[in-house]
Amino acid sequence: MGMTITEKILAAHAGKDSVRPGDNIWVNADVLMTHDVCGPGTFAIFKKQFGENAKVWDRDKVVIIPDHFIFTKDTHANRNIDILRQFVQEQSLPHYFDPGTDNYKGVCHIALAQEGFNRPGDVLFGTDSHTSTSGAFGMFSTGIGNTDAAFILGTGKLWVRVPETMCFEFIGTFPEHIMAKDVILTVIGDIGVDGATYRAMEWRGDAVMKLSMEERMTLCNMAIEAGGKNGIIEADDVTLDYVRQRTDAPYKIYHSDNDAQYFFKKTYNASEMEPIVAKPHSPDNKAKVSECLDVKLDRAYIGSCTGGKITDFMAAARLLKGKKVKIDTFIVPATREVEQDLYKEKIGGETLMDIFKNAGAYLGDPSCAACLGGPKDTFGRAKDNQVVISTTNRNFPGRMGSKQAYVYLASPYTAAASALTGHITNPAEFINN
Amino acid sequence: MNKVIEGIAYVLGNDIDTDQIIPAEHLVYSLSDPEERKHYGQFALSGVPVNQAGLPEGNIPFTENGQSESKYSIVVGGKNFGCGSSREHAPACMEIAGIRAVIAESYARIFYRNSVDGGFFIPFECATRLVEEIKTGDDLIIDLNVNTITNRSSNKTYDLKSLGEVIDIIEAGDIFEYARKTGMIPSTGRGGN
Repeated sequence: MGMTITEKILAAHAGKDSVRPGDNIWVNADVLMTHDVCGPGTFAIFKKQFGENAKVWDRDKVVIIPDHFIFTKDTHANRNIDILRQFVQEQSLPHYFDPGTDNYKGVCHIALAQEGFNRPGDVLFGTDSHTSTSGAFGMFSTGIGNTDAAFILGTGKLWVRVPETMCFEFIGTFPEHIMAKDVILTVIGDIGVDGATYRAMEWRGDAVMKLSMEERMTLCNMAIEAGGKNGIIEADDVTLDYVRQRTDAPYKIYHSDNDAQYFFKKTYNASEMEPIVAKPHSPDNKAKVSECLDVKLDRAYIGSCTGGKITDFMAAARLLKGKKVKIDTFIVPATREVEQDLYKEKIGGETLMDIFKNAGAYLGDPSCAACLGGPKDTFGRAKDNQVVISTTNRNFPGRMGSKQAYVYLASPYTAAASALTGHITNPAEFINN
Repeated sequence: MNKVIEGIAYVLGNDIDTDQIIPAEHLVYSLSDPEERKHYGQFALSGVPVNQAGLPEGNIPFTENGQSESKYSIVVGGKNFGCGSSREHAPACMEIAGIRAVIAESYARIFYRNSVDGGFFIPFECATRLVEEIKTGDDLIIDLNVNTITNRSSNKTYDLKSLGEVIDIIEAGDIFEYARKTGMIPSTGRGGN
């Protein structure tokens, strides 16, 4: 019987010819990623369990990307960065991206891609639920806690229950005003926030394969918002173009077999997709933008691993060019590389950075920032009962800082269109005119 | 492993996510420092909207102001308990506040793994929707010998689902003890070499 890509990668990393969903197997990790929120706890458990002087299983496979609480005066948060630095020094770890230096990157999931740590066929574990993002590169990637991460640091292995795979196929061409964010919000709305619990979400179809790596990352990023263990897209020439520019490391391309067993399969007509928001307070609280036009907004937020990539800002800038925002609008590039690209990429001779500044938006430093609220001095943190439209991934109560805030999740197009009007707005109005 | 767990119930609804269990602004404290980790108990479940906190009535704080331990030691939840982030601070803060067991209709994957692998408490599942059956403040007893939970306040008993293959990790204590028992990692050398 055939296997899916997820099953093939897990089998290969467990030294087995084949695996079935439900099998509990020990899997070898190619990369373990951690950051400032979970690194300190992970290192403490590692030392307690393996000894104060124990060494990590493979220095070259540990990647530490501080990104959560970086631009803050919070002394505990800053202390946590010092703990990362100390561990990196003790272990002589080569892959560390220190805040306050030229080597600082920003949001880990996007930095993993940009720094060449995402490689088709690999297994990547990370102490962050949005580690599923890396699955866009045809690899198995999933989020874990401190204990599991400490176990990997000591052994290079982790037990994994082989997930069943759900297949989401998109045929045709997405309309111009539709982004990957609309697609993932549609699917999460269809299956619910626990609709893919313990399962792989495999994205297929010609519409998906026409997407850029950035857009593919958005699809896999939010697999966790449906409870998914991982999101995955077969690697192709688009993937390899991106990967080869960033690393010489070996990779392996896996394809799902024609007779692979899927737990669930659904085919969508890409041309019928509409702009979607997730209303407060859950990512599966789906509504068409056209049903929410009367929602008045206090602010717009464009950033995070989900909606802070260069393609997200290209989309936003296309709408904001030559116009002024009507509400407070926060622009937070995911990484330094994205930030630098804001100075390079132009629309009609004007850089994205100038477009945003001239539109009256506020520019923040690359980090997770207000996506998860964070310390009180975090850039863009939601206050009181503000109504926010955001390109981020979660709108659970309190997620962006204030328990009383109302957060609508949307695509960068929809967020930008709404910033221009002050209420939820269909981007098609701006794009098709 | 205790075969009997007794405690007072704290009841929550569906989709209790990790930002409700421990809001991100508190994730700055050390989990290994004995004093600092008490903050996690203090802020455990502090993100739950007040009308959803301690069902069915709501408006019941999980911990008294400033206290790091709760009088409740068994959480009863609905479906998809612990969804959201991978932060292990979530099961950890509940354990620090004194939680010994959670019984939910279903769990989000990472929270479930973290609870088991970190040995924080046992995440039980029950086919009956206990959120409708048990009130915050009810007196509960879980008996692992017969895999049941009894609400001593209403004299009703419900079957718990089997813990399945993770029982081996739960019985060992956590993933490290399990790995030592099975010879995956050496049993000597713990705590410094």
